Amino acid sequence: MNLWQEFRRPTSISEAIEDLIKAPGPAIPLAGGTDLLLDMKQGRHSLAHTLVDLTGISEMNVIEIRQGVLFIGAAVPVSRIIDNDLVNNNARALVEACSLIAGPQVRNTATLGGNVAHALPAADGTIALVALNAQAEVAYSEGTKRLPFLTLFQGPGKSAIDKSCELITGFYIERALRGQASCFKRIMRPQGVALPILNCSVWVYREGDRVKDTRIAVGPGGPTPFRATETESFLRNQAFSDAVLTQAIDKLLSQAKFRTSPRRASADYRQYIVRDLFRDTFMTTWERAGESAK
Amino acid sequence: MTKEITLTVNNKTYTLPEKPGETLSTLLRQRLHLTGTKIGCDEAECGACTVLVDGKPMMSCIYPAARANGKSIVTIEGLAEHVHQIMKLHPLQEAFVEHGAVQCGFCIPGQIMTAFALLKRNPDPTQEEVHEALKDTLCRCGGYPMIEKAILAAAHTLRTGDPLPKPEVFESIHQQDVVGRTKTRPDGIDKVTGKAIFTDDLMFEGMLYAKAKRAMVPHAILKSLDISKAKALQGVKSILTADEIKGEKTHGLVIYDWPAIIGVGERVRYVGDTVAIIAAETQEIAEQAASLIKADYELLPVISNPVQAYQEGQPQLHENGNLLKHIKVRKGDMDTGFAEADVVLEHTFHTQTTDHAFIEPECSVAVPTTDGRMEIYVGSQIPYQDRSQVARVMGWDEDRVRIVGQMMGGGFGGKEDITGQIHAAMLADATQRPVKLLFDRHESLLVHPKRHATQIRVKIGAKKDGHIIAIETELFGDTGAYASLGEKVMTRATTHSAGPYDVDHVKADCYAMYTNNPPAGAFRGFGVTQSAFAIETTIDMLADKLSIDPITLRRMNALHVGSITNTGQELDESVGLTECIDRVEEEIRKTDQIPFKPVVDPQNPHLVRSWGFAAAYKNTGLGGGAPDISNAELELFDDGTFEVRSSSAEMGQGLVSVMQMIVSEEMEVSPDNVRVLVMDTDLTPNGGPTTASRQTYITGNASRYAAKTLRNAIAAFTAEKYDIKPDQILFKGGSVRANGHQMSYGEIAQEMKEMGQYPKAMYKYEAPKTQPLGTGGDMHFAYSYGVQAAQVEVNKKTGEVKVLKVISANDVGMAVNPLGLQGQVEGGVMMGLGHCLTEEFIVNEGQVVTDYLARYRIPGIKLTPEITAIIVEHPTAEGPYGAKGVGEICSIPTTPAITNAIYNAVGVRIDKTPVDQEVVLKTLREKV
Repeated sequence: MNLWQEFRRPTSISEAIEDLIKAPGPAIPLAGGTDLLLDMKQGRHSLAHTLVDLTGISEMNVIEIRQGVLFIGAAVPVSRIIDNDLVNNNARALVEACSLIAGPQVRNTATLGGNVAHALPAADGTIALVALNAQAEVAYSEGTKRLPFLTLFQGPGKSAIDKSCELITGFYIERALRGQASCFKRIMRPQGVALPILNCSVWVYREGDRVKDTRIAVGPGGPTPFRATETESFLRNQAFSDAVLTQAIDKLLSQAKFRTSPRRASADYRQYIVRDLFRDTFMTTWERAGESAK
Repeated sequence: MTKEITLTVNNKTYTLPEKPGETLSTLLRQRLHLTGTKIGCDEAECGACTVLVDGKPMMSCIYPAARANGKSIVTIEGLAEHVHQIMKLHPLQEAFVEHGAVQCGFCIPGQIMTAFALLKRNPDPTQEEVHEALKDTLCRCGGYPMIEKAILAAAHTLRTGDPLPKPEVFESIHQQDVVGRTKTRPDGIDKVTGKAIFTDDLMFEGMLYAKAKRAMVPHAILKSLDISKAKALQGVKSILTADEIKGEKTHGLVIYDWPAIIGVGERVRYVGDTVAIIAAETQEIAEQAASLIKADYELLPVISNPVQAYQEGQPQLHENGNLLKHIKVRKGDMDTGFAEADVVLEHTFHTQTTDHAFIEPECSVAVPTTDGRMEIYVGSQIPYQDRSQVARVMGWDEDRVRIVGQMMGGGFGGKEDITGQIHAAMLADATQRPVKLLFDRHESLLVHPKRHATQIRVKIGAKKDGHIIAIETELFGDTGAYASLGEKVMTRATTHSAGPYDVDHVKADCYAMYTNNPPAGAFRGFGVTQSAFAIETTIDMLADKLSIDPITLRRMNALHVGSITNTGQELDESVGLTECIDRVEEEIRKTDQIPFKPVVDPQNPHLVRSWGFAAAYKNTGLGGGAPDISNAELELFDDGTFEVRSSSAEMGQGLVSVMQMIVSEEMEVSPDNVRVLVMDTDLTPNGGPTTASRQTYITGNASRYAAKTLRNAIAAFTAEKYDIKPDQILFKGGSVRANGHQMSYGEIAQEMKEMGQYPKAMYKYEAPKTQPLGTGGDMHFAYSYGVQAAQVEVNKKTGEVKVLKVISANDVGMAVNPLGLQGQVEGGVMMGLGHCLTEEFIVNEGQVVTDYLARYRIPGIKLTPEITAIIVEHPTAEGPYGAKGVGEICSIPTTPAITNAIYNAVGVRIDKTPVDQEVVLKTLREKV
């Protein structure tokens, strides 16, 4: 019962797609593999005939500005994202999320592409990318397409990507302008399963004391990554004050559907702690946005 | 055409055929025989398998070998330099040895490789940066403080070229030439270079791989078993069922109630029960065969907890029912006691099941010998009982079985019972080939005995001035499917359930119950961890009720010389409890004058700090009337070196250092000339079980008296030779002097042999007799005492709890091996902290929920508080140089110290472990 029979090491995206399509048995793209290989080993994912290793594809291993937009290759290990100046300057929330993913050794292997393709609704990287309004680049046999980030998610662990013939190749994030900032925070529970019980990411475009625009993501807030659109609309174009923020929290609580995860957290607990988590995350973002406007 | 991978490992390039499904760790361990890279969990959780890939630390267990094509790998074997055959350790390796960071050593290659990568990237890391880098590299010995200090020391040396800074270790106030002074471990260098061999590192010609088919149902009758498909699988060499057992069907440490294999028509009592065992050419084939075995069960109602097991009308799991033992402690008269009390409090507590989670999973390799015997290579805490249990089920005489003990990657009580030894032996016998049976982490979590989950009701009566008059306790202990050491563990829980206090009226009743959960057995603390949480919380509740300082209350009631324990034992010496209390108090008051008041962080008002305090005692040795014996043998060789031998177990705790130091002290020879051999039933005499914090005392004494015996023989021989009195012989500096003559030990060995004498001594040490519970008198020959104070910070927004500082004072009689002792004390705190805050082995209707390490959280380095270890030495007359045990006491008071601190910080009383932050927050919200 080997986890795989054949291990392909393509060096280009097109080669990878070809490897996927031409494999004699079930094939699956492999990024870091820190989730996928364990899922296969522990019976949560079917075994593959062919693993197509994406880590040797240079196009997927870059972090760069493409046509004015930040591009992060799907096969870049998260430790490199943490250390990258472009990401630090433009997508701080993502750096903060990546710094909290697993431990240092796993971060040297794990990738954002794998994280997103796994389609968990509350993965740290995912929640940050939602707030950052990322777009995903997906390659298939005819070329590539850009998809709004949330369209990749169809349900817990269910990705819109057809892994037998498609790949996520990278993510596009708009560069941060003056007055724009982001932040990611989470709360853990030390017992039992090693998953955060609540995480939150906020992006803000600040103009003086006015919230020109904002995006807010909270996990887990549903079967797919949750974006607090009602809170966002409420805050948009508001003059910021503590009272406004308190009202925003009420909006968030009315829209988000927190549920009880056995042995992780009850809905009631999440409902309660999200107030402070959101407040802290928003305030940090707001202050950062103020700094960046200077 | 087979593809190839070319990779560089430790500067050597290899081109190898690619294998399907192979990870880098497998390639390194099995194909390149670089077994320094360890597998602890095989699920990228523990970090033991960390190697550098192109300079970056990676978990090799999850890294496909094929991906390493073209890459450069550094493993633990690649760190030390070799100049003209002489090995020069890397400063990190040297620092880990010198600073005592090495205990069992199994995680150490991962720790060092992770640290090596850190120092390459950041030559001058802060403590916080060390913690972050080592966040996911777990050490179950809990050696984090020493690991951190070793890394910082090595960083200093690498940056400056200065010699390695020395560790700061206290030494014994009763120190002699060797004992009581800092000494590095004899196995330290092997453990930091990857040379140390653990059982799974062994390979034998023609070796087969075994797998047990587990029932995976908690309570059922096995109706039928079909092995035909599995048998037909190519590469399967043997499948055995209960029908093939030639001897007795069951094993056990005290009660033989644990079937080696469940037969058709027989009862399955927990998910880990075995229905068939397989040996195959590869591990993968063995696993596939297990999945092809079809077992049908008639499912039966499940008993989930001990209280349910005790109720009327429940299914009965064993012939004698569900009650393993009703344990009773009686002293004084409860009616009188409670009548005299001004205040009576009563509360019920619950403690969880926990897993030892030693980083090295269980492994046994059975090798048939040409003369019809069976050698079993295994890391076991009780080699002689492994031997007797294997022989029993094989239907053999014991001397046909040889247990060859291997280095152990942690034990903590979890390697006392049989796991794979019998199965490996049966399969090796059937195939006449070596058979390796290695548990993966999943199987380890499912199968081996755990810590007893316990419900404890405490009723306490006291005078207004704080004098405790009466304590009544009632315990229900979950011993799971089989007895293991359940009766003994729960006896200790019961006898210690009134705490280390002098109380006139005590009544304790414990019901040790069988359930359909995984068995529970020995686990560091041995039941006292559970009862200490209950009684020490109650003591704080009493202090609160009476408005008495919790330290004063404990001191007022503390056991002292002259006290009678609740089992009727008069303590006539070596009761250092009051000094422990005083020393911890003194240490707290250095920084906090009013330690038990809440202190709000002015910058973050939702963070509140406070201290908590707890005391405990723990027996050294088996006690209760059991003869407590260890044998040690000492031999002098022609080259002037000694070897001391006993079957007692080294599992990281440092017994080999203790034996080495004691022989060195007694023979007045350098410790480097003393080798230690342990855990081999052919080569080492029986040292008894390594349990109950007994080995420093028992095998320490056996080694000491063996040395004295040999010394006397040498003195007699030399005296005769030079015709002087034996007491005129001088032993000094590795040689013997008599009347102006000087002979080296080597010369003596040779001459003694020429004269037909053998320079060898054997000593059977028997500890002072003890009395069974209920008969009065001395139930134990010694007790250790421990006091801890913990400072916590509670987050009122989330309920999160962080432990900032722990002060731990332990009366150990005498600190024979201070460096090892420091590791035990700090590690004890870490294990206690895990028990209190992070660990919960969850079983739902008999099904294990926490069946991977990712679901069972043991503390990592980031949770390490600042630990201050204080050693208190009230010698016990009979102990070696006054020493008694330390392995358990140092872990027992941690939980109540933390939970009492939580109460003092935010007023939330914890009566169930582990602490659940959600419950803390909920209680806080309800209070508002």
